[in-house]
Amino acid sequence: MSAPTVFDHPAARALSRRHRLRWWEPLPWILALAFYFMFPRYLGFGTELLIMVLFAISLDLALGYAGIVTLGHAAFFGAGAYTVGMLAHHGIWNEPISSLFIGAAVAAAIGLASGLVLLRTTGLTLLMLTLCTMALLEEAANLGHDWTGGFDGLTGISIPPLFGLFEFNPLFPKTQYLYVLGALLICFVFVRTLVYSPFGHSLTGIRENTLRMHAVGAPVRTRLVVCYTISAALAGIAGGIWAQANAYVNLSTLGLDRAATVLIILVLGGYGRLYGAFVGAVAYMALSHFLAKVYPTAWQLGLGFLLVTIALFARGGIIGLGETLMARLRPKLKPKPPS
Amino acid sequence: MIFTIENIASMVLGGVAAGMVLFIVSVGLSVTMGLMGFVNLAHGAFAMLGGYIIVLSMRHLGVGFIPALAIGFVMTAAVSIVFERVLYSRLYKAGELDQVLFTIGLAFVFIAALTVFIGPENQPLTLPPELRGQLDLGIVQYRTYSIFLIIVGVAIVIALWLGFERTRFGAQIRAAVDNRRMAESLGINIDRLFAITFGFGSGMAALGGGLGAEFLGLDPQYALKYLVFFLIVVAVGGAGSIVGVFCASLIIGVLDFVLKKYLPQGGTLFIYALTILLLLWRPQGLFGKPS
Repeated sequence: MSAPTVFDHPAARALSRRHRLRWWEPLPWILALAFYFMFPRYLGFGTELLIMVLFAISLDLALGYAGIVTLGHAAFFGAGAYTVGMLAHHGIWNEPISSLFIGAAVAAAIGLASGLVLLRTTGLTLLMLTLCTMALLEEAANLGHDWTGGFDGLTGISIPPLFGLFEFNPLFPKTQYLYVLGALLICFVFVRTLVYSPFGHSLTGIRENTLRMHAVGAPVRTRLVVCYTISAALAGIAGGIWAQANAYVNLSTLGLDRAATVLIILVLGGYGRLYGAFVGAVAYMALSHFLAKVYPTAWQLGLGFLLVTIALFARGGIIGLGETLMARLRPKLKPKPPS
Repeated sequence: MIFTIENIASMVLGGVAAGMVLFIVSVGLSVTMGLMGFVNLAHGAFAMLGGYIIVLSMRHLGVGFIPALAIGFVMTAAVSIVFERVLYSRLYKAGELDQVLFTIGLAFVFIAALTVFIGPENQPLTLPPELRGQLDLGIVQYRTYSIFLIIVGVAIVIALWLGFERTRFGAQIRAAVDNRRMAESLGINIDRLFAITFGFGSGMAALGGGLGAEFLGLDPQYALKYLVFFLIVVAVGGAGSIVGVFCASLIIGVLDFVLKKYLPQGGTLFIYALTILLLLWRPQGLFGKPS
């Protein structure tokens, strides 16, 4: 009979198991594949949805995990989209996968450069700086007609077949859908690994108590900048895929509308939860796709009420509501760890 | 050739008039942020609501311009106090993200409601005949309405400054901005202070919405269209500082006016870049207190 060690403590066991796969975690991917076979007519919508999931995951890393409240995340989405679009349009480089890497690198460079200076600030100043940086890029894209197409954007971007085999057809986006799904899976596994790593835990620590993280000697600024850069790179990938899938780029990739949309998606699903991006994107995109076309004003009114309700009563979003509900339904299944 | 006295004078007058409107709208936002630390992205929506009340009461009730401004101020202030007591006050202790989401949602609701009940089109402001036309200032002839805006703006900034610096209520607000808990323990009724200040700030926004409708336009998208500008003014001037907002409004009003004339392409870019540089140099704004 060995004495129970510290590792047998329920809290320690919960901590050491928290990164393990749960039984329901393959579900989103099975559903996404099922969608491909069941709704071939809605693959364009599905592609857009998966891109927004990827974009929302990138925001979740910065906002949900590191607690960087930004209003300008579309800056990186647009940077990726414009990089891929401009390289292909001007005939410099258009191989899809390597283009995405270039797009991610450009977005990461902008994230690093802006993060180094912006992340010194907090609160209102940080909000304003992220907003202004995005507005600055949008204006620059608007002004650089010769390169970016200005207000009209770049249309008719030609992307060669993926692996030389699979044609990108904007009217029948089978390739795009699977391509996004693959990219999303890779990025998701990366983010999931990252947030359960010691690095990810230190981000959560910074979000919860910056002062204490300083006190225990964590390099807070460096961690935040690295996280912001990674998040920017992922957003750049999402933007790059958007440009490839739609075969055009315009100012809508860079605007406040897109930044607000991705924020709403993430918050609707539940931020800092990894799967909030999926739930939020499905709920938001489905509602907006079917409602906004019929009653655009009612959609905006509903969205407004939804945001007010979430901010006041349901800060965990849909997933948070689900968790609360589950906890109420079976309070005895999860005994509290002894303190 | 371009820089004649007439040109410079008319540019300064036009820019200052635009700056006055910016000031009247933004001063409430600045005080709300400084006093309550609340990121109120629905401030533009209150300005829009006030603008609608002013323009529509003139058109449909035959009220004069000045009485309409008063009606707009009072009604918007009353509505906003209800919102403050019922909804905003629940979020004072919440994080910025919740405040941002709540107030963006509120702005969406205002936009949608006005689109449904009044319509998506622009609501033009009909100026009374005394304010139309030109006024001879000796050096230069200029639009009477711009001169009127400058006079109103200067009167408001003097009144606000006196109210802020020389009255008991102003002292209470300054005390609460500096140290909320200390002010509370001295027996200042913070809830009442917040409600009155919030209502007053929204009323000022309503005035700005009405006064500026002539050149900013007034349609349901107003609530978000100019929000970035109002926020820049507050951030540059420093939240909670009336003098700061005034200076920032004038700088940005004149800059925007001049740049639109001589650099119509890159003007906005320049303002954003300048704002970023300034905030990096002084995160608390020109006149804000370092936190």
